[in-house]
Amino acid sequence: MLTKQVSVFVENKKGRMEQVSKCLSDGNINIASMILADTSEYGLLRMIVSDAPKAKEVLEAAGFSAIITKVLVVKFPNIAGTLDKLMGLFNELDLSIEYMYGISTSADSATLVVKTSDNDAAAKVISEKGAESDISVICM
Amino acid sequence: MIWNEAKECMSRDEMAALQSARLVKTVNRVYHNVEFYRKKMQKVGIEPGDIKGIEDITKLPYTTKADLRDNYPFGLFAVPKSEIVRVHASSGTTGKATVVGYTRRDIDIWAECVARILYMAGLRREDIIQVAYGYGLFTGGLGLHYGAENLGATVVPMSTGNTKKLITMMLDFEATGIACTPSYLLHIAETIKEMGVRDQIKLKTAVCGAEPWTEQMRLQIEEELGINAHDIYGLSEIMGPGVAADCEFHKGLHVHEDHFFPEIIAPDTLEPVAPGEVGELVFTTLTKEGLPMIRYRTKDLTSITYDKCECGRTTARISRFKGRSDDMLVIRGVNVFPSQVEAALLEMGETTPHYMMIVDRVNNLDTLEIKVEVEEKFFTDEIKQLEQLSKKIGHVIHQALGIQAKITLVEPKSIERSMGKAVHVIDNRNLV
Ligand SMILES: [Zn+2]
Repeated sequence: MLTKQVSVFVENKKGRMEQVSKCLSDGNINIASMILADTSEYGLLRMIVSDAPKAKEVLEAAGFSAIITKVLVVKFPNIAGTLDKLMGLFNELDLSIEYMYGISTSADSATLVVKTSDNDAAAKVISEKGAESDISVICM
Repeated sequence: MIWNEAKECMSRDEMAALQSARLVKTVNRVYHNVEFYRKKMQKVGIEPGDIKGIEDITKLPYTTKADLRDNYPFGLFAVPKSEIVRVHASSGTTGKATVVGYTRRDIDIWAECVARILYMAGLRREDIIQVAYGYGLFTGGLGLHYGAENLGATVVPMSTGNTKKLITMMLDFEATGIACTPSYLLHIAETIKEMGVRDQIKLKTAVCGAEPWTEQMRLQIEEELGINAHDIYGLSEIMGPGVAADCEFHKGLHVHEDHFFPEIIAPDTLEPVAPGEVGELVFTTLTKEGLPMIRYRTKDLTSITYDKCECGRTTARISRFKGRSDDMLVIRGVNVFPSQVEAALLEMGETTPHYMMIVDRVNNLDTLEIKVEVEEKFFTDEIKQLEQLSKKIGHVIHQALGIQAKITLVEPKSIERSMGKAVHVIDNRNLV
């Protein structure tokens, strides 16, 4: 149900992002989605990739600190108000959102990557109650 | 302008005679009362009778900070504990502090030495002096406090911390003197400027020490505040602030030679060097009762002159410090050892001990940044947890060093590894 996400600690230094993309490219790893969370001194690059364990391996070999975390990838119709429904479901269970990112480039659906305080509970509530709004968890 | 003319202007022959008599007494005392010194002297085949005068001092073995630590806490005290009226302590490399103890007479002599310096700096009983060194285990606050009281001045025990309050009181009380670290005084000067009260202060003299500073900085302080600034030197092992200070001619720091005998040695060969040559400063206390020190290696690099000063004093003068012969850092007046950082990080267990300390001076205040590598096993994918990690490291470092440091998390292996002795410090202050 949950998807493996690779997170990499990246210092705010010129050329570091390029080194990350080069590692992944050399390892023939495709990036499905990514977000760079930044602070003044460092960034945290989170990615959904074609092969998370391999991505971790190649990044570590290049000297990066990388870890795998499990996140929810949620698919829902590209209609106004659907995100609100999803948040409502989380709210009912008192789940807090650690972070999320997503984009919608298709006319009919949008995809969101979410980490909540309890991903298993979040996945469960979506599978139970999400269907009526056409919200579902997909596995990448 | 001389507080104790009889002592500060003695002829060199009279001084040597006084030092000889006092050294003989001191050596006798430590031999019979401190096992450490007795054993050390026996090891090199020296008995108290072999020390007949000050010229025999070179026969005695050296004492180091490690000896103090090894005899923690009171092992080197030469009097029964009932005679000790106060202790001070400074932080050490292994978490163990260096403890120093004073008898009532030691405290009196300390106050005498500091009074000489305050008087030399132009302060009198009519003056109001703000003591803005830290009060507590550190010798700065209480050392200056007792000296200023002995002078008869009005003492305002500010301690450190609230700069605005210090300036408000400086204005309200019409304070004329201040004692603090030079970097703190520059910070005070800036705050005075910001508050727009530069024309209202009555300050005329500052006595600054407890951290290395340059002649340039001294002139800057004088210019910015329109005052005279003096350099006061001391170390807790010998007494605390007040071992030496500069007079109005600022041509070296006069050592209170009747109480502290200075020698300059080559740090490698441990042989004495000629006057004017740079070497490590070594002190022997001549009157200390609680914790006498025999040939204590200060690790401070300086040179010495015995020429009579224009001020009339005949006491030896040591030059402004050229640095340290070991890796100790003085940051905001606090002694900091890189190994303390290492020990703290290791103890915490959440980071590797790969770190780099970057010392700088921003707006005239010392800053300390510590870069710490984030290893995969401690790394999470949430910013708030990373922030908690740096906060926790900051807390542990503050506990260990007694000063705040900015913690920067960096990538693993990004801190340069060196062969041999690791480089853990980048000091950008350019003090020498
Ligand atoms: Zn002088």
